[in-house]
Amino acid sequence: MPPIISRGFRGRREDAPPGRVPPGQYVTRDFPVLSAGPTPHTPLERWDFTISGEVDEPRRWTWEEFRALPAEEITADIHCVTKWSKLDTVWQGVRVDTLLEGIETSAGYTVAFSDGGYTTNVPLEDLTEGKAWVAFSYGGEPLQPVHGGPARMLVPHLYFWKSAKWVRGLRLTAADEPGFWETNGYHNYGDPWREQRYWGD
Amino acid sequence: MEGTTVLGRLTWQPADVTGVVAETPRAKTIAFGVPGWAGHRAGQHLDVRLTADDGYQAERSYSIASAPDGTRVELTVVRIADGEVSPYLTDDLQPGDQIELRGPVGGYFVWEPPLGGPLLLVAGGSGVAPLMAMIRLRAAAGSDVDTRLLLSSRGWDDIIYRDELERLNGNGLTVVHTLTMSQPPGWAGYARRVDAAMLAEVGPGPAERPRVYICGPTPFVEAAAQALVGLGHQPEAIKTERFGPTGS
Repeated sequence: MPPIISRGFRGRREDAPPGRVPPGQYVTRDFPVLSAGPTPHTPLERWDFTISGEVDEPRRWTWEEFRALPAEEITADIHCVTKWSKLDTVWQGVRVDTLLEGIETSAGYTVAFSDGGYTTNVPLEDLTEGKAWVAFSYGGEPLQPVHGGPARMLVPHLYFWKSAKWVRGLRLTAADEPGFWETNGYHNYGDPWREQRYWGD
Repeated sequence: MEGTTVLGRLTWQPADVTGVVAETPRAKTIAFGVPGWAGHRAGQHLDVRLTADDGYQAERSYSIASAPDGTRVELTVVRIADGEVSPYLTDDLQPGDQIELRGPVGGYFVWEPPLGGPLLLVAGGSGVAPLMAMIRLRAAAGSDVDTRLLLSSRGWDDIIYRDELERLNGNGLTVVHTLTMSQPPGWAGYARRVDAAMLAEVGPGPAERPRVYICGPTPFVEAAAQALVGLGHQPEAIKTERFGPTGS
């Protein structure tokens, strides 16, 4: 069925560079927030990051240890399932590859888990080879709690709910285990370029 | 597990505009008839898609304001002056027009009578829309579960659903307004932003373990949720829905 034309509707048509904005998205200069509950505030001295699950031995970093890992600056476009995209966002973070160095695993999937109980599942191969980071800085400043600070996942090639805020670790799993939004109607994988917003997309 | 919503693909469906009602100077409620609408749960949202005559499309999400009611769906839309979609919805849509919707979406920010209460609903401006769906469902189901609505609006004329809330007040529902920018002469109610003291007075307190739903602009939701956690409410009992920029 062809779409219904809304007479007189013109739209704003941001002059975004071609090929930068996935279908159904609009460009915003704000940084909107989507969270299911209150913003957690975990003091850095109680913060740690762990890799657990299907691994030879779990790994754990304190905040100090995590911040001592090699980090890099990332410039990425981010796409939220609620329709906004934000171009050229600048982050600092530690590559997931760096965290996985030397870890033996047969896992094919991961579950990122966060303060506040949030979880989201991502195939392991979507977090490796420079595709994902644990970010601790945004726009040159420490990452604010409302945006997921002290640290959040940054997986810019998937819808942004896959970039778990307030992340505390990754659990490596043999089977794919749908996370919070994935069990609440949202797509299991979440590729913005294929507009995988909801179940069945 | 909460969150079994709709299996299978959410397809775009034609929706007939059946009514447009001004709620406030900036907000309108648009009623749609959606043939084949699969139904929704109170608190869910849907996506709206507008298509220009050259094929350009824009999509936005809106909370559903109406209680589940067959193929009828109502959205309350605040006109954002420099918005792309809301001015068209509020200024141009007329009964008889058709647009496209898909939904319902979201299995988390929902309430249904079997979940019980008590309920604490906290809304900033048009954030009242999904909470109104819960209040309307509660009334339609004949539920008398203890429900407090704290609604923050700029002024008396900016209160969305003001008359209907006044009618529904009672039978276990307590509606409390705070007017943050201007108050009518003789106003005896709250006249400030939502804070911990106000939330403590509105209740129910943490000992009664209310289910809390907060919806509004991001800074509003942040402040209310933080205040409730500070009062001793369990973070897991607080469900939030936010819109707009962070203001930071």
